[in-house]
Amino acid sequence: MRLGSAGFLVAITTALSSGLLLAPANAQNTGDDPLTLQSNPAVVASPTISYDNHRYSPLDQINAQNVGKLQVAWTFSTGVLRGHEGAPLVIGDVMYVHAPFPNTVYALDLNNEGKILWKYEPVQDPNVIPVMCCDTVNRGLAYSNGKLFLHQADTTLVALDAKTGKVIWSAKTDDPGKGATGTSAPMVVGNFVYVGVSGGEFGVRGWLAAYDTSDGKQVWRAYSEGPDSDLLVDPQKTTMLGKPVGADSSLRTWQGDQWKIGGGDTWGWLAYDPKLDLIYYGSGNPSTWNPKQRPGDNRWSMTIFARDPKTGMAKWVYQMTPHDQWDYDGVNEMILADINVGGKQVPALVHFDRNGFGYTLNRETGELFVAEKYDPAVNWATKIDMDPKSENYARPLVVPKYSTEHNGEDVNTVGVCPAALGTKDEQPAAFSPDTGLFYVPTNHVCMDYEPFRVSYTAGQPYVGATLSMYPPPGQTNMGNFIAWDAGKGKIVWSDPEQFSVWSGALATKGGVVFYGTLEGYLKAVDANTGKELYKFKTPSGIIGNVITYEHKGKQYVAVLSGVGGWAGIGLAAGLTDPHAGLGAVGGYAALSNYTSLGGTLTVFTLPSQ
Amino acid sequence: MRRTVHAAATTFFFAAISVPVYAVTDGSGDPAPAKQDDGKWFDKDGNPTFKVDEDGTVDWYTYSGFIRYSSECLRCHGPDGMGSSYAPALRNSMKRLSYPEFYGIVAGGKKDVSSAQELVMPANGENKNVMCFIDDIYVYLRARADDAIPRGRPEKHAPKPDSFTKAEDACMG
Repeated sequence: MRLGSAGFLVAITTALSSGLLLAPANAQNTGDDPLTLQSNPAVVASPTISYDNHRYSPLDQINAQNVGKLQVAWTFSTGVLRGHEGAPLVIGDVMYVHAPFPNTVYALDLNNEGKILWKYEPVQDPNVIPVMCCDTVNRGLAYSNGKLFLHQADTTLVALDAKTGKVIWSAKTDDPGKGATGTSAPMVVGNFVYVGVSGGEFGVRGWLAAYDTSDGKQVWRAYSEGPDSDLLVDPQKTTMLGKPVGADSSLRTWQGDQWKIGGGDTWGWLAYDPKLDLIYYGSGNPSTWNPKQRPGDNRWSMTIFARDPKTGMAKWVYQMTPHDQWDYDGVNEMILADINVGGKQVPALVHFDRNGFGYTLNRETGELFVAEKYDPAVNWATKIDMDPKSENYARPLVVPKYSTEHNGEDVNTVGVCPAALGTKDEQPAAFSPDTGLFYVPTNHVCMDYEPFRVSYTAGQPYVGATLSMYPPPGQTNMGNFIAWDAGKGKIVWSDPEQFSVWSGALATKGGVVFYGTLEGYLKAVDANTGKELYKFKTPSGIIGNVITYEHKGKQYVAVLSGVGGWAGIGLAAGLTDPHAGLGAVGGYAALSNYTSLGGTLTVFTLPSQ
Repeated sequence: MRRTVHAAATTFFFAAISVPVYAVTDGSGDPAPAKQDDGKWFDKDGNPTFKVDEDGTVDWYTYSGFIRYSSECLRCHGPDGMGSSYAPALRNSMKRLSYPEFYGIVAGGKKDVSSAQELVMPANGENKNVMCFIDDIYVYLRARADDAIPRGRPEKHAPKPDSFTKAEDACMG
């Protein structure tokens, strides 16, 4: 809430970036580019719906009054059993549906009852399957100018002809032999397609890279850790909280060569601000999970990056969890919204971190406005220090009892909230400009965490901690779906859910917010109150994201079901509370009693009048 | 109750006088501990096994196996050997897998890729975090398969034997 210095910071950074502001984004205005397509509410042009990650649709045919009458219009099986994250794209009269490994893509003809126009199924070495931490998920496709872009499990980035499904070019982005895999959705800005990498549990050093959409040649690659030349930072011009990061900003915070296997992977959703011409994303956990093996702040793991899309140079960075001790990856989406903070309209970046704090920053400068817990159960830190004069400014004030670094190796640190899966994981939140609220799917789970010494072998898991998970003391719900005021840092309403909510939300002008549940329900709730207006049980648990589109004048809502991912692994058998005494063990619901595997798309609409 | 009966059945000295109808066998046969080497227990056929005392105290290797399983195996096979949406429940698999079969799969990996499913387990033969503790993981899962220990972290365990520390240091390098 320290707005006092905002003007000063804005002045500095405006001066620094005035060159950028003169030159508009390198987007081509072909009419078939993401920026133009995103202005048409009938289509779903991007894996995040829009560059700003609002996951908001101006469509209002389906609204709070009639959503209760929603019916299934049609369904489609992907033929794949694994966890289905992400959502289809809808461009014109064609829907593009992706699936987990083997990374099948279907083009479905919306004019012909979903007939398959083409199917793409790459041949990939199945040895990539076991190096995919936590299921063989894929979070979707990007589209621009007649091409679809897909980052396959084996780190092959392909450009497909959207008309035929034929491969136009492919590029190898990393090495699955050392545990690097592709799970996240690319993003296209202008002539470049951006993509990151997974592999934090294998010691893979994270990067974000830009490839030329015309030929698949790499344009730049920016690592999360290492020397400045690898990071693409300018020691003087790149700032953290308004101050230059200085030389060797990453190397100074690692012991020896640990940064080379230091993680900081980049598997989250990407964002772009066309006006500021900056792309935003976060980096994941430092490797190993045993904090004792990597003394220091481990920069720039757990960090929000703002980069120049053309050169990759970082404008600002902010590390949320220095020296992570709990696996609180910082990859969750950055929502770019102009909102009211302390009575002033600000260009905000809102980020719901795994660590349980909802952050509101100035997306132009990286200045921190608000950092508050978005689940009251969060206990590993008392707060984020908001005093600019403090040496801990903008850092979490860690509670020693819950510090696995403090308690040390071979000690079981108990009762840490949130658990390693975070108060929220990759499942993206939504923002409605109508209500000014953020709608956040959350996990409500705590853990015991015991770190111990591990040795590194390329391509083998590099974890070094044992954990067990259970709901917060005295509670049985493992998730909540909340509405959040990011200007104040306060929960407005909270709907408890039996399981973690692992589905991306969708807000609409119709005053309805949609999300899926792990049991498999698609739910519609009132945007103002959270009151449930509709639910339907799809064939499997939902870890996909809800979308809406319009075809021939009719609004549709669609979601992929297909349980899996970390949620399917952690919750399948149900949780046990090791501290509840013998009688209570096994008292929490087992997901396997509610749902089973299988990828299906379910499309909803209102009945014809 | 079940646990008490079990602990008795799996304790060498009481085996002969415990409830006679309850004969536990798994993929390696009878898990009853027959002999030990500095806190590491073996069944009558020489396979590594677990030992659970009347009060629930487990031997060190079973406890170490819980730690290593939860770090190296849980991410696919789920907590406590219970299985997940991604990989099978090992507490069931261990009811039919012998010690040599278990060892072979862990070290060499396993593939079951068809149009219906794609199950692939990596070869861990080069992975010290697994292979240095493979007997520990084995006896932990054997105990889970035989219902000798409940879900979760074993509450009490025997002290860490000196020979364990020596072997760990030598193996991990």
